[in-house]
Amino acid sequence: MSIKKFVVGGFTDEQVLFSAVKKVRSSGYKIHDVYTPMPIHGLDKVMGLRETSLHTAGFIYGITGTTTALSGIGWIFTSDWPLNFGGKPHFSLPAWIPITFELTVLFSAVGMVMTFCYLCQLAPFVKKHHFHPRSTDDLFVMVLECTAKNNETEMSSFLGSLGAIEISVQEAEADWWFGRYDKDSKPFEKKSASLA
Amino acid sequence: MSSVKQNFETPSRFKTWSLALMGVGAVSLIIGYILYGNVDNGTRFWSSVLQNSVYFLLVVNAAMFFFAATTLAWGGWQISFRRVTEAIAACVIPIGAITFIILMALVFGHKSNIYEWLNPELVAKDAVLKGKSGFLSPTFFIVWTTLTIGLWMFLGWKLRKISREIDDTPLSVEEGKKYIYKNTVWAATYIFWFALTVASVTPWLWLMSINAHWFSTMYSWYTFASSFVAGVALITLFVIYLKNLGYLEYTNDEHLHDLGKFQFAFSIFWTYLWFAQFMLIWYANISEETIYFKTRFEGPYAGLFYFNLVINFLAPLLIYMTRTAKRNYAIVTFMSVALLFGHWIDFFQMVFGSTMKDHVPMNIFDFGVAAGFVGLIMWNAARVLSKYPLIPMNHPFLKESVIHHT
Repeated sequence: MSIKKFVVGGFTDEQVLFSAVKKVRSSGYKIHDVYTPMPIHGLDKVMGLRETSLHTAGFIYGITGTTTALSGIGWIFTSDWPLNFGGKPHFSLPAWIPITFELTVLFSAVGMVMTFCYLCQLAPFVKKHHFHPRSTDDLFVMVLECTAKNNETEMSSFLGSLGAIEISVQEAEADWWFGRYDKDSKPFEKKSASLA
Repeated sequence: MSSVKQNFETPSRFKTWSLALMGVGAVSLIIGYILYGNVDNGTRFWSSVLQNSVYFLLVVNAAMFFFAATTLAWGGWQISFRRVTEAIAACVIPIGAITFIILMALVFGHKSNIYEWLNPELVAKDAVLKGKSGFLSPTFFIVWTTLTIGLWMFLGWKLRKISREIDDTPLSVEEGKKYIYKNTVWAATYIFWFALTVASVTPWLWLMSINAHWFSTMYSWYTFASSFVAGVALITLFVIYLKNLGYLEYTNDEHLHDLGKFQFAFSIFWTYLWFAQFMLIWYANISEETIYFKTRFEGPYAGLFYFNLVINFLAPLLIYMTRTAKRNYAIVTFMSVALLFGHWIDFFQMVFGSTMKDHVPMNIFDFGVAAGFVGLIMWNAARVLSKYPLIPMNHPFLKESVIHHT
């Protein structure tokens, strides 16, 4: 749990956003994240995000599924409860391939969805701070993080010079938390951020 | 735009190599005919010639399918290297002619050791073959083969002609819409004919009828998947070669990545069909169906059978899995060559597993004939590439290809 101070600016145009991200990065300010209503090709590259490891995780889940299926079926049909299916040998690999395939897909799909949710900090009953309601509608919202060395007024005017609209300074929880929006809509309002 | 190199000049080494390979092919054919042409009614010779010609014809025709399918799907991403696809597809004309001659030679030469249904005495005695005689008869074979190859040539030529039409005339928006519509109509016609040929009847006729008693409805799809993977691999190799020479400035890692994805995805599709065909027959265990896998699964072809699975499934699955691998020119080149070879092996066991069941006769003769076809593809593709501008500058979707992003 960490409450930080953020400078938030909205962009209405993709091209403006791209050049703004480049300028913010070269100026040395720290981009917390950019929230967009839809995926934007190439934005991850411009922001300098590293390639996700989600596919590596998917591969590991997949081979876990393969191993589970093969060892499970292998044990059941050869030693635990051998059955005669149309005179086929107990160890008959071709017949197991469909189930093995299904379990591979199931493990990797479910595992990757859950990992993806964790990486995006999405889960039931878990809340995250929304910097701007229009970030799910028609606004590209860039969020800069203030460190002790930054001055939020300077940052705001810098964002403004890049073409941002609806610039605001927010103190907010950066991570996710358990709670309800209706009960604690402004759960951290009274606590003051310690930026000194 | 002015800095883009539009005129491909075939490097003299490439030309020499293609002519040398064609020479190797011609010499192999002559020596093969002398050695095998009259032994056992020429089974060895004609099997090899049939396998190679049908394989390479389906591969270059797969390039035409790639062209038509992306046109039909309004896939703009491939416009930047579309002339490469067209050049490979243009090889349908010479290779189609060669294949047509070979198939006709098989029918008119009464090579009943390859196609047993060509023997009228055998058919008269055999109830199964008699029942199939409407389909497996010389008349139907000749008519359908002529139609197949003829329409592939014509529709492919028409689509390529439409593509070149706009090289000197920039289109307005309205003209562009009309142009795309015209493309769509002709591509749809081609795809329709492709579905009736490669995706259903033609492989049954050319390859599956070698085992005239045996049948598998999946066979054509399987053949299609095999040739399509190899076709995309061939396109990729040419794209990489041209990139290395400094051509195709608009084609970059993103396009290579998508070509890699196509190879990866259709390798998996091939495996799916391979396994579906195999498992149903294995599971049902009906002797008239298992006869096809008898020589392949546990006979002398078992080695090729498993090698086929390793090179065409495990290798692309594991090597092409990551994004970085599909964007690496060395890995993609290696895998494209491996897949072209792997599916050649696949066709080899399709033909030889039925015509020469006792042993695997693969030797330098088969590779010689294959080299001839490779040389022919290289020579003809380079000839077509150097004739027309390398990038269709006036195509309405060109920008989509330039800014393509995966």
